[in-house]
Amino acid sequence: MRARIAVLALLGALVLMPYLWMVAASVKPVSEIFRASLSIWPEQFAAAENYGKVLTRVPVLHYIWNGIVVCGGILLFQLLFAVPAGYALAKLRFPGRGIAFGAVMLGLLVPPHVPALPLYVAASGLGLLDSYTALIAPFTISAFAIFLFRQFFSALPDDLLHAARLDGMGEWSIVWRVVLPNAWPAATAFAIFSVVSHWNDLFWPLIVVQGHEHATPALGVLYFRSEEAGDDFGAMMAAAVLMTLPLVLAFLLAQRRFVEGIATTGLKG
Amino acid sequence: MRRLAGEAVAGALMTLPAGIAYLLLLLLPTLATVLLAFTDYELGAPALGWIGLDNFREMLADRGFGVSVRNTVVYVGLVTPVSILGGLGLALLVEAGVKGRAFFRAVFFLPVVSLTVAMAAAWQYLLHPTIGPVNAALRAMGVGTPFWLSSSDTVLLSLAAIGVWESIGFNMVLFMAGLTAIPRELYAAAEVDGARGGFDRFRLVTWPLLGPTTLFVLTISMIRSLRVFDTVAVLTQGGPNKASEVLLFTMYQQGFTYLRLGYSAAITLVFLAVVLALMWVQTRVLDKRVHYA
Repeated sequence: MRARIAVLALLGALVLMPYLWMVAASVKPVSEIFRASLSIWPEQFAAAENYGKVLTRVPVLHYIWNGIVVCGGILLFQLLFAVPAGYALAKLRFPGRGIAFGAVMLGLLVPPHVPALPLYVAASGLGLLDSYTALIAPFTISAFAIFLFRQFFSALPDDLLHAARLDGMGEWSIVWRVVLPNAWPAATAFAIFSVVSHWNDLFWPLIVVQGHEHATPALGVLYFRSEEAGDDFGAMMAAAVLMTLPLVLAFLLAQRRFVEGIATTGLKG
Repeated sequence: MRRLAGEAVAGALMTLPAGIAYLLLLLLPTLATVLLAFTDYELGAPALGWIGLDNFREMLADRGFGVSVRNTVVYVGLVTPVSILGGLGLALLVEAGVKGRAFFRAVFFLPVVSLTVAMAAAWQYLLHPTIGPVNAALRAMGVGTPFWLSSSDTVLLSLAAIGVWESIGFNMVLFMAGLTAIPRELYAAAEVDGARGGFDRFRLVTWPLLGPTTLFVLTISMIRSLRVFDTVAVLTQGGPNKASEVLLFTMYQQGFTYLRLGYSAAITLVFLAVVLALMWVQTRVLDKRVHYA
């Protein structure tokens, strides 16, 4: 068993290598980076210069704020659309239910890159390019979310719903006040899946955003690299550290939930 | 009776918002992409013409597209097996003991939640030909120092290494979920039947019972690596000399750089066809074999 820990430690160090060097370079002066020495620990600290350069040259906090607005907006609408639909598909009998479920299954097959071109043309025609709307709207409908909630709601006992109906609750309040609170594991799993994918997404923001005002963290790193950093790897790494930090911190604080969330959504999607 | 009618109305109303959004944001745009693939539409052009299969003919004749397909196949062929076997190995190793389990699971999973664009920048520094730590280490060992991302011989390999690094923890977590679903009694039963040692247990119990998980991880890994875009867009832009041009990047460039939307839509359809084919194969195999649970 000693061997297990040794092998894991070795592999773990290998996986962490990019982080170690990224953080190390972010506090080293340029001259030291260019000497390409193999010591991770800096001889001279230049954290203030590197991080100062990033914070003064580009609106890092604004990018992070954009990331929060976009991810939060996407998640909010996804839940607003998917939770009632998932409940109806799981527990209510209504005409067209079969077709609706078929449509959900069909939607699961389509990667988000496929509708991208017409959505871009539409956004451009409506004058919506470079806006929060353009960043959020295409992802508000998630066939996967509907599918996930439908599966989870199907397993809820019918007695729970009967009891609520006997208490005089309407179907809408049952959805938000009875069903959703009982579906917390599915909701957190989906929330984590959604935020991780959209925080990291580059494809769509790259298409619809121009300039800093609506740039997400992923775009922010890209802009900083092409406009400011050049060969200044210290400042570049400082920018990378700052933009990676929010989600990594969230992960470290709630790592079991993250792992479970991705495992549940990964296995179903 | 009144209840049933009420239920029908509530059900229809509850699916309505999602239905409208689905129609406008998913179904119609997807159908539009399909139609667009048979036109010569360019953004800003006053009109578009129906050109049948010309876009697909152009694709077959276009050497650049051929290179892009070949590179994508090589990339998927490198990333998928390594990240699956690696993910399985890590899952078995982490689950084999209690000590350090949560810690190492978090370590290997970290790349999944890290901003890909930022980590790509870190890899660029790591793999820099002259000032990068990787080549500094190779130099210290007296070994040759490749140009990694800037040579057409090594660029795909370097991108694939980054791809493996990104997805190995994801696959590990999926395998862990599969492992916990295997009933403990089966290992005891195998032991009674004479299975000795870890390898026998793996061969007789773990591997066959992980069948559905493995097939699933295989499909999802292929689809995920087929979608490679971020690292290419950040690090190489398809270069040097098209050596790292991949399917989605070609689609992006044709559509959003050259604004040839018709041609780009045709490439998107090829991409969609491959994804659908992979999913179809998965369901067929899953129906026929690997069914134990």
